[in-house]
Amino acid sequence: MAAETHRDDLASKTGMWLFLFTEMLFFAGLFVVYSVYRFRNPEAFHLAAKELSVPIGTINTIILLISSTTIAMSITALQKKNKKFALLLIGITIFLGIAFLVNKYFEWGEHIKEHIYPGSPVLALRGQGDVLFYGLYFFMTGLHALHIIIGLVFIGFIAAKIVKNKIDSESFVLLENSGLYWHLVDLIWIFLFPLFYLIT
Amino acid sequence: MENEKNHIIPYRTFLLVLICLISLTLISVSVTQISLGTLTVAIALLIAVIKSSFVLRVFMHLKFENKIFSFAVIAVFLIIALVIFITLLDYLYR
Repeated sequence: MAAETHRDDLASKTGMWLFLFTEMLFFAGLFVVYSVYRFRNPEAFHLAAKELSVPIGTINTIILLISSTTIAMSITALQKKNKKFALLLIGITIFLGIAFLVNKYFEWGEHIKEHIYPGSPVLALRGQGDVLFYGLYFFMTGLHALHIIIGLVFIGFIAAKIVKNKIDSESFVLLENSGLYWHLVDLIWIFLFPLFYLIT
Repeated sequence: MENEKNHIIPYRTFLLVLICLISLTLISVSVTQISLGTLTVAIALLIAVIKSSFVLRVFMHLKFENKIFSFAVIAVFLIIALVIFITLLDYLYR
């Protein structure tokens, strides 16, 4: 008992949530910009959104949803003292996160091949509305992809701690916090997907 | 508090939520393929809100946490909706 360290899981989780609120408001600013630009350039946004691939977007949405489920399940596995299964689920989450990024890479690659990227002269010829749409598209999905990368690194550290038994069935708030971060990334995508791919 | 902390959500719950989330995604994809004008935007956003409430309540454990977390999340969402609403009012009537 002498080795017992001071711990406050509720405070840790509260801190994580406060951080997530700043993240939500950060993305909300971009959603405000999106709604104003869309309101002012309805035709251009309509035509530009039609060029995005709905199948790739749908597959990426499902990939993220499954990865969110596996990271959530890993907490249950750890609570049940099933360390191997927890690590397997975390491994699947990381794999799916990378799969999402690979899809994104090919998706962006296609656009760039057609000379559609921020600052492209070909895009500039298509008018202000298209410039705004693709500017927002690349910035918002890029920022989201950056969050995926940060989430993957975060989850990777947590996995290493589980391997070393620093996180176990008694003390798993760090796994919960990394899960919360991952779910936030999923949450943002839930709004990005319909706004860019579906509403045309 | 000790009980809340050790609350274990069964695997089955997560899998059921996943099935709901994927179904809602597919519904939202197929509904938006039909042209319904402004209604499309409303339906797509409504489905996104339903999906996010599943993620927040089950995956992010809000259902099992202290209610203050849920209130705070709702407050953040309301602030965002309000800011977008007021901004658009400005653009609509200027």
